[in-house]
Amino acid sequence: MAFNADQMIDKVRGSRVWRSVFRSGTGNSTLHRALAIQQNIFLHLFATKVRKRMVRFSTTWYLGTLTFGTFLILVITGILLMLYYHPSVPQAYADMKDLQFVVSSGLFLRNLHRWSAQLMVFLVFAHMFKVFYRGAYRTPREFNWVIGVVLLVITLLLSYTGYLLPWDQLAFWAITVGSNLSSAVPLVGNKIHFLLLGGNQVNANALLRFYVLHCVVLPLAAILFIAVHFWRIRKDGGLYVQQSEPKAQPGTEKATNVKEAK
Amino acid sequence: MPDEAQTITKKLPTEFDRRAFFTKIGLGSLGIAAAGTIVFSYEYLSPNVLYEPSAIVNAGKPEGYSVNSVTMDVNSGIYLVRAEEGYFALNAVCTHLGCLTAWNQDLGIIACPCHGSKFKRTGEKIEGPAPKPLPWLKTWVSDEGDLIVDRSTDIPPLQYLRI
Repeated sequence: MAFNADQMIDKVRGSRVWRSVFRSGTGNSTLHRALAIQQNIFLHLFATKVRKRMVRFSTTWYLGTLTFGTFLILVITGILLMLYYHPSVPQAYADMKDLQFVVSSGLFLRNLHRWSAQLMVFLVFAHMFKVFYRGAYRTPREFNWVIGVVLLVITLLLSYTGYLLPWDQLAFWAITVGSNLSSAVPLVGNKIHFLLLGGNQVNANALLRFYVLHCVVLPLAAILFIAVHFWRIRKDGGLYVQQSEPKAQPGTEKATNVKEAK
Repeated sequence: MPDEAQTITKKLPTEFDRRAFFTKIGLGSLGIAAAGTIVFSYEYLSPNVLYEPSAIVNAGKPEGYSVNSVTMDVNSGIYLVRAEEGYFALNAVCTHLGCLTAWNQDLGIIACPCHGSKFKRTGEKIEGPAPKPLPWLKTWVSDEGDLIVDRSTDIPPLQYLRI
């Protein structure tokens, strides 16, 4: 009768199975909390300790985290859409229509994918504006800004390649126009155009290539760069908050976090 | 002993350096492998056989076209024009970004729905953003008397086909 949830949780966390998975051990000490972050393959990208003002809403408006959130939604809904979609000329458009009208919750998942994609592009730009206007791109974070630009390009390419997949008139002509832009590259433009489409016109090969880029190549690239992007936050001294920055004093060996006297 | 070590270090630059040799061999073979990978990838990614419609289009009997008519074949993306001077074929794909243009009978012009380029019936550009006129295509009459157009071969403009 002496049921106690805390005791139960402690018992589970003290069990051999739990301890074999999570090696940081039980306890609420600073060390244990730090170990819980540091010894987890996903969380170890982040710092074991952050300053409160770094994670305040007003610092970042959580725009980067929200962007990552839309990315996760896109991955999950995208995988589900792949179960019904065939990237072939006779079937692509019909499969898209089936998802809208025949498949249970298909309309919901497709629209969630679409709207999240629009939102992700918006959030990426909002995130970049926020970072830019509060000066968070400056030394020592300039390389993370560069990685951010790479992620912007990947986001736009994901958006562009996904646009062809419904295989309707809008998609066809948008990709015709978009891929023709690559022909304008000096000397090798026509070759790039040919390789991108796998032919001279937007056809079966182009649909398949864009599908592979959209579902495999670009998401993998995005995940890789997102991991580096997150890891660099820790490596570059955490999220940028003006008061936490080391004073620019040539000659001083190490950054100090002495509160500025006003 | 210290003397011996000194002589060895002094000798090294003049001697044939084994480590540098193997480094060069290693980097060289990596370079060759990288170049091979690039060539291999390029070859693999460019299809050798295309299942695209043939570039040669049969436009039917010349008599089927009335004088001063512009006929569009949407499937092959060409205009077959019969002017007073003779027959000619135009590529209907806009020279701007590849949209399919359309013939407007009332205005007597060819216009692109995507970005508003306008062309004369002869392919001459009236208004951008298209950078170039619509190209004339190689046209001839087959042994059976049909008009044949080769979409892949441009010819200089104003070479009418007289029959």
